[in-house]
Amino acid sequence: MHFEFDIEAGDFSKVGFASSQLKKIMKQLVGAHKIVKRIVVALYEAEVNVVAHAYSGKVIIDIDTEKVVIKVEDEGPGIPDVQLAMQEGYSTASEKVREMGFGAGMGLSNIKNNSDKFQIETQVGIGTSLKIVSYLKAQ
Amino acid sequence: MKVSDLIEKLNLELVSGESGIDNQISGGYVSDLLSDVMGSSKEGQVWITLQTHKNVMAIASLKDLAAVILVKGFKPDEDMLQQSNEEGIPVLLTNETTFDISGKLHKLLK
Repeated sequence: MHFEFDIEAGDFSKVGFASSQLKKIMKQLVGAHKIVKRIVVALYEAEVNVVAHAYSGKVIIDIDTEKVVIKVEDEGPGIPDVQLAMQEGYSTASEKVREMGFGAGMGLSNIKNNSDKFQIETQVGIGTSLKIVSYLKAQ
Repeated sequence: MKVSDLIEKLNLELVSGESGIDNQISGGYVSDLLSDVMGSSKEGQVWITLQTHKNVMAIASLKDLAAVILVKGFKPDEDMLQQSNEEGIPVLLTNETTFDISGKLHKLLK
């Protein structure tokens, strides 16, 4: 199964749309599996990152009998130092974003902790792509 | 314990999400950082916060939380109310501080 969702940058009222849709799809496919919660946390955080930092973005989801593969691709500023960005507590979010309770510097680590495979590719001035893989059965 | 019991015992005001008043409560979580709640809250918990925008309900829904309590007389934004009703997750109001209402909830669930 293949799904795609666009993410509108800067619009916090729409954050969570893709993750909410994925939760519904996954519940129909596998029921109340603990993987559903993990995937949804990872995708939600990725959506927040695009809305908070990028100019536009896209979520691409592929589900087969073994795994769920989520790609989140954005056009944006990119991340100059990925290692630093992965550190819990490090954030470059704006004051406005922080006031809403986002920008705690936990997003990328929440994604990593809630996926089985996590890859990040980024180019400064061009954008960032995440690949999040979750296996339906323990590997 | 159900959300309806909580409303009565802690004298909370139910403002939306009434269809969820029979939700069972497994515990509580206190934080105003959304990523913290996303990463660490557990299904069935009551979330105590001062954040009043609709992203609160998105997280409450994705994490299957039982209810949200807004502290210190804070009122939810209109779109938060709307999403609370759509998701069936009650939003409850109190004039008490986070410290006081958390203490009472903890005592009640112990």
